[in-house]
Amino acid sequence: MSKPVETGQIIDIDILRYRPEEDKKPFTQTFEVPYTEDMSILEALQHIKDHLDSTISFRWSCRMAICGSCGLMVNGVPKLGCKAFLRDYYPKKISLEPLANFPIERDLVVVMDDFIKKLEEIKPYIIPEKTGDKKCLSEGPHKQTPEQMAKYKQFSMCINCGLCYAACPQYGLDNKFTGPAALALLARYNRDSRDFGEAQRMKIVNQEEGVWGCTFVGYCSVVCPKGVDPAAAIQLLKVESSKDYLIGMFKPE
Amino acid sequence: MSENKEKTYIRSHEPVFWGLFGAGGMLTAFLTPVMILITGLLIPLGIIDKGNFNYQTLHNFATTWFGAAVILVLVALPLWHTLHRIFHALHDLGVKRGRDWQMVFCYGFAFAVSVFVFTLLLQMF
Repeated sequence: MSKPVETGQIIDIDILRYRPEEDKKPFTQTFEVPYTEDMSILEALQHIKDHLDSTISFRWSCRMAICGSCGLMVNGVPKLGCKAFLRDYYPKKISLEPLANFPIERDLVVVMDDFIKKLEEIKPYIIPEKTGDKKCLSEGPHKQTPEQMAKYKQFSMCINCGLCYAACPQYGLDNKFTGPAALALLARYNRDSRDFGEAQRMKIVNQEEGVWGCTFVGYCSVVCPKGVDPAAAIQLLKVESSKDYLIGMFKPE
Repeated sequence: MSENKEKTYIRSHEPVFWGLFGAGGMLTAFLTPVMILITGLLIPLGIIDKGNFNYQTLHNFATTWFGAAVILVLVALPLWHTLHRIFHALHDLGVKRGRDWQMVFCYGFAFAVSVFVFTLLLQMF
């Protein structure tokens, strides 16, 4: 990391800390960080870990909004640390907290197991027409028109950062809800012309914990750093689920 | 570590209520402002002639099949919309007790008023 230009300006950063082996409950610790205009919140955290307090824990990897590791609450809003900059808050202080709606593991690190479980549950892979009917590699690739690709591409941009789960009030009230990212990913595979798993996935969609747990608040789409728009994906799935309900009335299993 | 037990999926009946909610929402958004404009502003201000809205003309309108259908739809659907929203708002506000009864009261009220308006219009013929 290149040395920041010293300007003498300081920004206060409040961090919610929790070290399970020594703290009974989370507490706030304030750090004074030298302010530069191009410094991201993630860089500020790295400055704190390198120069002020090496015990602080946070997740990060790519520094460029690709990996989805550095999600956290910045002044109560779910954001990626690498995509949020000090200049948008300076000279006011910044408060950093772990992602809402998830249990805290340590400091700014949350337990994401429930989210990962939900991603796995929706069968996030292409399911071929019939098992044993798989196209052989020698037969060439599965072709797709730009129109067929446009149907799902937006929903495939998710980086699993979990910001939408921290934003979702329904997930906060009841974490049985499948949630925005998993449902958007489900829509991504159901809308893919190469996939034949829709019947299997509609069972998940049709449940109360599926799309019907959503009340279209839309905050998931506001906070999404990749423009996936999970709220739209869920609304589209609600239409599909309604069609499925009508068909199910005349053709019970 | 994967569970061998096949997960059972329970289908939600929400599509019925969501459909009525959606239809009612469209009406509420597009037609209610127009109705308020006509009955609340344009008639009192005399821009639309009051004579068109006396009891006899409205009664004549309500006793045609077309008129009766319009009135039923305009009353019933926004009501289903409203009570669906109230039902979900109770959940959002954290009122956890008696979800079943909340559902019975909310949708029961919308259903009862729909039936009431339907019979009222029917007996006017």
